[in-house]
Amino acid sequence: MSTDLSTVNPATKDGHDHPHPKHELSYYAKRIYAIRELLIEKGVITQEDIQRQIDYMEARSPANGARLVARAWVEPKFKARLLADPKAACAEMGIDATSINEFVVLENTANLRHLVVCTLCSCYPRPILGRPPDWYKSFNYRSRAVNDPRGVMREFGQGLPDDVEVRVHDSTADIRYLVLPLRPPGTEGMSEKELAKLVTRDSMVGVVDPLPAIPRGGS
Amino acid sequence: MRVRAEERPGHIRTPFYIRGRVGWVEKVYGDFLNPESLAYGRDGLPKRTLYLVGFHQKEIWGQYRAGAQDKLYVDIYEHWLEPL
Amino acid sequence: MARRHHDLGGLPAGPVDRSEHQLSDWEILADAINQALGEKRIKRTDEMRRAREDMDSEVYRSLTYYERWIASLETILTEKKIFTREEIDRKVAEFEKQWGEP
Repeated sequence: MSTDLSTVNPATKDGHDHPHPKHELSYYAKRIYAIRELLIEKGVITQEDIQRQIDYMEARSPANGARLVARAWVEPKFKARLLADPKAACAEMGIDATSINEFVVLENTANLRHLVVCTLCSCYPRPILGRPPDWYKSFNYRSRAVNDPRGVMREFGQGLPDDVEVRVHDSTADIRYLVLPLRPPGTEGMSEKELAKLVTRDSMVGVVDPLPAIPRGGS
Repeated sequence: MRVRAEERPGHIRTPFYIRGRVGWVEKVYGDFLNPESLAYGRDGLPKRTLYLVGFHQKEIWGQYRAGAQDKLYVDIYEHWLEPL
Repeated sequence: MARRHHDLGGLPAGPVDRSEHQLSDWEILADAINQALGEKRIKRTDEMRRAREDMDSEVYRSLTYYERWIASLETILTEKKIFTREEIDRKVAEFEKQWGEP
């Protein structure tokens, strides 16, 4: 379902099937509607510009990242290309990463995990993963990811022995980081499509490992 | 390298927790427009070299108990770094 | 040395709230307007960050994520003389007339 906010008069319906009680909006919510109207009236941007951005973000989701990871898992040469030049590897798979200034992929191994945070704001690889989840933007995550990464990971259900090294990346500049999670054991012979289903958004931020392979047979 | 322990006004992308700390240069990312200038509508020139700087977690935080090998990496501009 | 309100790394903090909310229409709109203005080079992300950092600290802590974006957009765009706060106030008042009283 796509979101169509093209009605300039916000008193009418938005893109959903229920009318929105605009008089109940918060102070800032009302102001963004006013800002939109002023920007359009003054010719700074058009409604089409706005809709294009809405459509762009709706097309972006962790499914993009999952495809990259699954391909890297099954094809070692692609993995090498992904690590060496992530933007080019994205282009190979029809993923538009051109708006990322600089893109780095961090490879997890049996003895190494990476965790990405932006303590100063909420920098995130949006062209690959879509919008960041609320928790990534939260004050508690931004505070604790750097000094208590293992505690944060435990909250997400991920325990790690002490002999596995954890590396936290605080993305303070224009570099955007994506974690290439470790391929789960017992997934030999799975197709790329099946593998992609194991790659969650959270595993590409690094708070958890990917989903385990579904056990075969009865349980 | 040591991260400068200065306090400067304006838009700074060197986090408070890492100032004055000692780490190593892991990678040179290249030259970028200076965010401290861009933040005020200026042109961001001259470009500054951006480094990936690594730190040992147990050296940064007094209470860091787990993972003796754990590390922290921060992207830091050249003008915030000084040799030891 | 003083730590500014956005500079959160290493501060004592509680558990991470993992609940996620679906974006409201006004949040989607704020996000899209921000991206559209960036694409047209009307404003830079660095300016928006600076506006958030310079805000009153209590306001920073009390606003939600997209509310902070909207407040920063207002600051940066009025700074660039694209419009004034009074123009926004007038437009909101017009809308409120149309939307009716609660």
